[in-house]
Amino acid sequence: MPGKSPWKVVASLAAIALVAAGCSGSTSDDTEVLPNSISIGIGEPSSLVPQNSVESNASQVLASLFYPLVRFDPKNKPYPVAAQSITHDKANRVWTVKLKPGFTFSNGEPVTADNYIDAWNFGAYGPNGQLASYFFSRIDGFADLQSKDPDDGGPEKAPEPKATKLSGLKKVNNLTFTVTLSENFAGWESVMGYDAFYPLPKAAFASEGVLKKEYGEAPIGNGPFKMKGTWTHDEKIVVEQVPDFKGTVPKIGGITWKIYQELGAQYADLMAGNLDVETKIPIESLGSASGDLGARLGKSPSSSFSFMGFPLYEDKWKNPQVRRALSMAINREEMTDQVFLGSETPAKSFVSPVVSGARPNSCGEACDYNPTKARQLYTANNGPKDIKIGYNADGGHKAWIDAMCNQIKGSLGVNCTGAPQPKLGTLVDKARAKEDVGLIRLGWAMDYPLMESYLGPLYTSDGSSNYYGYKNSTFDSLVRQGSAAPTTTQAEKLWREAEDLLVRDMPVLPLRFGQNVFGYSDRVTDVTMDLYQKVDIYSIDFAD
Amino acid sequence: MFRYIVRRLLQMVLTFFGATFVVYALMFANIDDPFQALVGDRPLTDTQRAALNAQYHLDDGFLTQYWHYVTGLLTGDFGRSLTGRSIGEMLAQAWPVTIRLALLAIVIASVIAVGAGVLAGLRRGGAFDTVTLVLTLIVLAMPIVVLAPLAQLVFGIQLGWFPPTATRDANLYQLLLPALVLGTLVVATELRVTRASVAENLRADYVRTARAKGLAPKRVVGVHVLRNSLIPVITLIGVDIGVLMSGAVVTEGVFNIPGVGFNLLRGIRTEDGPLVVGFVSVLVIVFLVINLIVDLLYAALDPRIRYE
Repeated sequence: MPGKSPWKVVASLAAIALVAAGCSGSTSDDTEVLPNSISIGIGEPSSLVPQNSVESNASQVLASLFYPLVRFDPKNKPYPVAAQSITHDKANRVWTVKLKPGFTFSNGEPVTADNYIDAWNFGAYGPNGQLASYFFSRIDGFADLQSKDPDDGGPEKAPEPKATKLSGLKKVNNLTFTVTLSENFAGWESVMGYDAFYPLPKAAFASEGVLKKEYGEAPIGNGPFKMKGTWTHDEKIVVEQVPDFKGTVPKIGGITWKIYQELGAQYADLMAGNLDVETKIPIESLGSASGDLGARLGKSPSSSFSFMGFPLYEDKWKNPQVRRALSMAINREEMTDQVFLGSETPAKSFVSPVVSGARPNSCGEACDYNPTKARQLYTANNGPKDIKIGYNADGGHKAWIDAMCNQIKGSLGVNCTGAPQPKLGTLVDKARAKEDVGLIRLGWAMDYPLMESYLGPLYTSDGSSNYYGYKNSTFDSLVRQGSAAPTTTQAEKLWREAEDLLVRDMPVLPLRFGQNVFGYSDRVTDVTMDLYQKVDIYSIDFAD
Repeated sequence: MFRYIVRRLLQMVLTFFGATFVVYALMFANIDDPFQALVGDRPLTDTQRAALNAQYHLDDGFLTQYWHYVTGLLTGDFGRSLTGRSIGEMLAQAWPVTIRLALLAIVIASVIAVGAGVLAGLRRGGAFDTVTLVLTLIVLAMPIVVLAPLAQLVFGIQLGWFPPTATRDANLYQLLLPALVLGTLVVATELRVTRASVAENLRADYVRTARAKGLAPKRVVGVHVLRNSLIPVITLIGVDIGVLMSGAVVTEGVFNIPGVGFNLLRGIRTEDGPLVVGFVSVLVIVFLVINLIVDLLYAALDPRIRYE
């Protein structure tokens, strides 16, 4: 038999291949968007459990499935949404949340105070490993829900935490509960607008404190939309309107969140009319996007902040005048225009101006490009002749770091080189170990729209992201006083005073603030995006 | 023949474990702090890290981790990706579309390559031969990172002939453009090999004999030349199927096809060790099986070859 009919063998193999390739695909066109529904592009979310969601893809989908306690007005002041009222005692320590009556989850369960308390306890309990658990760290008793690994990553198991429930959460009645914080904090109302504070229905739990495994595949929420089917991984998440929703009813009947791996593919679908909204135009398409989209290309501020930390543990960077001189040697406008093609804006303050109370130009002269003055100041203070800029090689930063180095070389006449590290983690670890990594490239996005969300983590002595070792006790106490101030106006005043100290000390180089650069099809109109890189699903509407 | 197959299968088992061990060791060396990558710039708290490390056995030593993995594998459990999804399920979702894409690409590529290669080989030095030479050089020189977005832009968006992206349950039409692009990875080499092989065999003694016997030229080319010329080509095509399955990283990304290539890339990007090892393990099996089939096919095509 072998050798007798090789042709038949080959031909039949080819035929099998063709049949397999062509026919096994289901030809059903259920990927098509329903007539009263729109499609928005996202990346694959890492989790759809609210207490485990820390990135914008999940955040967008959750915003359609859940109804937050507060939302934010155009000035980023919070106003109650699912809450009837949020009040606090004089010290800002005990907060009382009253819920609006009559709201239900999409499975019909009424929304009660217990749903919030259970969800927050679940999120805060350390062994559950929920990624957004740090949001609960201000609530009294948080520390008792954590346990420390005795041998730091070793094989020994961490002991069970002391408690399973936050002592700071108390139910008053079915629709009211109180939150006691461990320290006075004026901005707590804004914090509660974040995803981690969404309630979970009773149906989400298998037993007390244990989430059902499959809950994250089709979350049941209290929002204007509910899941249609389950999450089709790497492909789409379809949501449809909840009938008789008690809150603000969106103008669209449903959303198909189409999942993409690459922004380029998303842009291609937007161009071909297969997608209604792309929330981030890829940088390689920015050049042609205004021509492709015309008025359907939108820009709005986002909260992201790119900056460069000075390794303050190095002697050569100890003098603030040297740091100031370097800041003046950089042409931020040129960088945002030439390298980022207008997708980011120059940063001239230490706190993004999008948050209430922050100023767009607090840095003043020190952040303006002035090569002559920069050179004078730099030589007069004997600045280092060799500048290294540390960055992570996996984030596509090389182009602008090189451009910035060239600006520094041109303005100051010193040598400047980029010093890539493989990952951000490596860079940060080396900075923590006080190794000479050069200037440290870093980025930040706020968790809640308060100046404190920048000032606290980035610049206080024990700030979680203060890798460069800035220490100023006056600054620390001003930030703390601000957090404990009785009103937000007073808080913002103190925080501004704190920021003024940063201008004097220049612990970091502010470089750029991010923007949402988004595009949409001619099917939709009134597309706006908020500071969290989310499309406003309540205002978006069909074009006539 | 039977003994040969058994021997090869036993070798495959060894190769499989060796390969997974190497891949596991490489990923283990590369993984540093994967959960940090999940939360972005904000540092994880110690409790969170401890809980997650324990869940994924990340605080055990290398051999213990590998042991966990292999025992899981033997019971058919590929483990869980660091985002909590079952890797077995992810494999089941990703493989079908990649297989269809690769098969479609190989059919398109080999039909073009064999057709054009035979013609070019028969009329060596002619206009058609020169044109295909230039075309294959262009295709060889054009990396797929350029070709894929270009094809998408021209045929998907500007001309609108094909949908610019495909999904998991894409039909033949949706997969056609990605398959064409993917096929260019292998079509040039296959074409050149066919051409060279045909040209060489045309000068062989048995062809002269066949001609001298007075056989019709059609039969000389169609049976004698072609059959002998295709032996190296078939080998090449077989290996190419494996190449296309693993090489679809760029194409799957550009055309948004959630297949094997995309999952591999995602796993490497997010330091998701179990995910990468799971997909590579299956790729290794696919390569081994295809190689075996090619070797067997070889015997079928060439009666001189006998396996003992």
